[in-house]
Amino acid sequence: MAALQLEKQRGRYAALAIAAVVIVVGIPLWWKTTETYRAWLPFSEISELDSLQVHALRPSSRQNHVCDSIGSAMIYNRVFDKADLSLHMLSESSCGSVVVYVIPESSTLLPEDVKVYVGQRRTALLRSPPFKTSWNLKEVLSNLDVEVEQVVSTMSFGHQDIVAALSNRVRMTKVTKESMADSMRAIKSSPGYEITFSLLNPDPKSHSLHWDIEGAVQSYIQPLLNKLAPIANFSVDSQILYYAVLGVNPRFDNSVSAYTLSADSLSHVINPVEARLGSNAASSNPVLNFLLYVPDAHHSPLFIRDHSKRKVPSNAFHSPRWGGIMVYNVNEMYGPEAERPVDININMAKVMGVFLAQLRLMLGVQHTHPPTGFVLQSPGSAGLADWELDRLLWSRSVENIATASTTITSLAQLLDQIGNIVINDNIAQQVSSAVTSLQSAVAELEAGNLAFALQYSREAILASERAFFDPSLLHLLYFPDDQKFAIYIPLFLPMCVPIVLSLLKIVSEAKKRRADKQAKSD
Amino acid sequence: FRLSSLIGHISTCPSLIGQCCQRHPGSVDEFQEELVIRPLHSGDIYASFQFRTLWDTDFLQEGQKVSHYRLFPKSLGQVLSKFSVRELHISFTQGFWRTMQWGQPFIPSPPGAELWVWFHDTVSDVDGNWKELTNVLSGIFCASLNFIDLTNTVQPSASFKPLGLGNATDHRFLRYATLPREIVCTENLTPWKKLLPCGSKAGLAVLLKSEKLFHSSFHSQAVHIRPVCQDEQCTSKAWELRQTLNVVFDLYTAGQGKKEWSLFKMFSRTLTEACPLATSSKVYVDITDNPELFELSPATPLLSQAVVLGDRRTYSVFDLTRAETFGQLRSLNLLLRWKGDGGEMLRPLLHAERYVAGFGLQTGEIHTVIYNNHPYRAFPVLLMDSVPWYLQLYIHTLTVTSKSRDNKPSYIHYQPAKDRHRPHLLEMLIQLPPHSMTEVTVQFERALLKWTEYTPDPNHGFYVGSSVVSALVPSMVAMNTNFTQDQPLFSSFVPVKEESSYFVRVYTEPLLVNLPTPDFSMPYNVICLTCTVVAVGYGSFYNLLTRTFQVDEPSLPLAKRLANLIRRIRGVPLLT
Repeated sequence: MAALQLEKQRGRYAALAIAAVVIVVGIPLWWKTTETYRAWLPFSEISELDSLQVHALRPSSRQNHVCDSIGSAMIYNRVFDKADLSLHMLSESSCGSVVVYVIPESSTLLPEDVKVYVGQRRTALLRSPPFKTSWNLKEVLSNLDVEVEQVVSTMSFGHQDIVAALSNRVRMTKVTKESMADSMRAIKSSPGYEITFSLLNPDPKSHSLHWDIEGAVQSYIQPLLNKLAPIANFSVDSQILYYAVLGVNPRFDNSVSAYTLSADSLSHVINPVEARLGSNAASSNPVLNFLLYVPDAHHSPLFIRDHSKRKVPSNAFHSPRWGGIMVYNVNEMYGPEAERPVDININMAKVMGVFLAQLRLMLGVQHTHPPTGFVLQSPGSAGLADWELDRLLWSRSVENIATASTTITSLAQLLDQIGNIVINDNIAQQVSSAVTSLQSAVAELEAGNLAFALQYSREAILASERAFFDPSLLHLLYFPDDQKFAIYIPLFLPMCVPIVLSLLKIVSEAKKRRADKQAKSD
Repeated sequence: FRLSSLIGHISTCPSLIGQCCQRHPGSVDEFQEELVIRPLHSGDIYASFQFRTLWDTDFLQEGQKVSHYRLFPKSLGQVLSKFSVRELHISFTQGFWRTMQWGQPFIPSPPGAELWVWFHDTVSDVDGNWKELTNVLSGIFCASLNFIDLTNTVQPSASFKPLGLGNATDHRFLRYATLPREIVCTENLTPWKKLLPCGSKAGLAVLLKSEKLFHSSFHSQAVHIRPVCQDEQCTSKAWELRQTLNVVFDLYTAGQGKKEWSLFKMFSRTLTEACPLATSSKVYVDITDNPELFELSPATPLLSQAVVLGDRRTYSVFDLTRAETFGQLRSLNLLLRWKGDGGEMLRPLLHAERYVAGFGLQTGEIHTVIYNNHPYRAFPVLLMDSVPWYLQLYIHTLTVTSKSRDNKPSYIHYQPAKDRHRPHLLEMLIQLPPHSMTEVTVQFERALLKWTEYTPDPNHGFYVGSSVVSALVPSMVAMNTNFTQDQPLFSSFVPVKEESSYFVRVYTEPLLVNLPTPDFSMPYNVICLTCTVVAVGYGSFYNLLTRTFQVDEPSLPLAKRLANLIRRIRGVPLLT
């Protein structure tokens, strides 16, 4: 009987030992060998990104220098655009700041009805409202507050720009139709853009077209692009496409004896042409297309009509985030008996004027609506005033930050939700570099260093996209759980059932013995 | 013949190429189009389109970006300047060119896709550029060129020399790859047509309708880009883009045995105009065998003679830039009617074929057979073979025999394969005796692939690209080395350096080799089987360990138990 007890005890110990080995060695080994590698990600910092942004977006970090005296240099300059230049020389204002000079009410520098003059650079002249001579400096300044605020809101980054920059990411309830249109028009922020000018000649038999695109780009487009160089890299190219036709047949209008394209049909114009345009094979930057369409001899002249059935004076239209199309009629340049094909030189000044305006829209240079009494100086040959560039830098930085943080947040969310995804070290590195760049971008933006902010935000975008689109994330994503079970069950089921059963038996025996003991002691 | 002299012939092109057409003042680029129709002795029709764009510019000039395009396609120009490409040749072919029945094509190409590129010698990372370039080209031509990687790319040392300007001999800047399995169809033709200035709207390209072109025995389309001389003095470079399309129609069987064809029958279109951008637009019909074999209508007074591929041929020329070509109907529909049966064709002087011998799935032997049909001249050929790594060549078994005698190659360049990294490359210079058959054999062993390395449908087999035979074949007639005169495009592609010989490249058939193919559900079966075995072993082991053993009283035999039953009833003491 004692021997039997001993034998039973031995069996129990053996079962317990096997269970212990399985639990202590087997399960950790299995866990370790089948684990997917997941590098550490800064999840807490990523979740902080959203709240960080709110601080950055509040336009509180602007520095307003209000000078109460005007440098004598400018008083002698009767013409105010010269004054603008000399003021610029006087105090080199840094990128992102606006300098408002206040001139006495009686000054003859500005014409009578002009209250504020906004210059080509980062300066504005403000005619001070009347004030009592007994006021001290502080009172005078506080008297000016409203006007200064107006100037600043015209020249600098405001609520509208934030709405525009973020319209992609955030659903805003109160958006004016116009700012919405502006924001939809501008092409997405990107480190580089390809600008392609295409001359469409559907009728090479009758028209032999010549355009001096090289010279035109040099004299009209390049100054603007040079000015925009801090924002992105631009590359310009051009091509001539023959037998390229528009997608709709223009209708002949007897009243003007011309062919017309109605505004409703414009949306169908682009698609067939686009197949011929070809994408840039050598880069993956977004492309801005500008098409110059010369209608064929049988469909000339061709005019575009707007919704109210009026002729569009520029005879051009643009498609948001895609580019612009201009129709260039040549039928008046030759007589009916001219020998075909007719050599035609295209007036590039006329064409480039339209394309330049469209390009400004595409790049997100917003329309400013100055209050009455404001005079804005025309931006000159560069096509862009310094303060407009600053605004662009602002909105681009904000847009980049928003894009990068959305990308990073959604990537973190995805990785958090799906445990199957392998996170390699280089992805972790990209994510943390994106987060660091984002934080630096926000800090620089708060400090008002626009150039650095843009630079960091661009780095953040690049790093976050690289992490998001890394192909290594996909490797195990679609490895389903049922296949795993199918592989494990033939081994695990026969192994675990005896262990579990004998453990249950041991437990129930122990319970029984305790009950027996209690009964005995009672 | 020494190796250097042959390589010299192939590599250095005459400096006077590409100026065959007078340039128009003021325009820096020009476009030419041409169609050659050659009735073949087999009753088939060979139509060869060539479109050439010449542009006086330099894509590789330092510091100056070419960005304004007129006739040259922008997409290709951007590729050239981005990847510093000196020369680019790409072809897509469906079907196999039957040299013995059809003679030599104007521009040969192997079945599937072929791409060879010479990079500029300023490129530092050639492999990186090559990888990116194949990806971009695969996007441009809608083809699977992205499957070109280091495992099927070779750097031939002698077989592929630049056809354009420049004496590049450093083959580190050359990359060559073929995809013999590539299937060519409409989706490759459409982007190819898009590169033409007139698209398929005017000129000869209106004939290129895919439903007819792919309903043919052979279809090959190619793009060749190379720098050429701009003028006779060769003071500056021009870039030449040559788009070629070769097609062989089998009209004999399709036409119910009637031997006649017309443009309309072949392409279901007729010609009505030249491309208005073209400086020359011509249709050539090979009438060398006329009038014994066939008659051509409408007849044209314009005749032209050209020496092409060692043969003097006569062509009827239809100049599409002239209005009278189209006649009263304002459309040109060439009609050709055979009279009687075709005579004997001149046998091509050089011809090659290839096959796999052997049985079983372990070893095999590749046979390459090269024929020299010249009655009395011997000439050397360069044979290039690129074999994937999973066929492990036993190079010691390489034998070259002609006329049942050992023929020792005068030059062998062999680069062994590295598993999963690069293919075998074998180049040999072999002297072919006159009127002979030379056989090159090499044995190989088939490697076992990892199960993820098998292609879809692995039981179909694995393709091995064509071998390439390049040679300077002695010419029957004096070749034209003078490039100053107006020459048709089809005879000006490969530079001719001397009168006595001409350059020919012959591609053999690609091979289809079966590799040992596993059962692909095997891993799961193996897992299940081993798990079951382990579980059974473990179960008995566990049982043995945890079972309690006790001495059992032996039970009574059946007779005693029955007796006890009776005894219990009777009240007698039981037995034990």
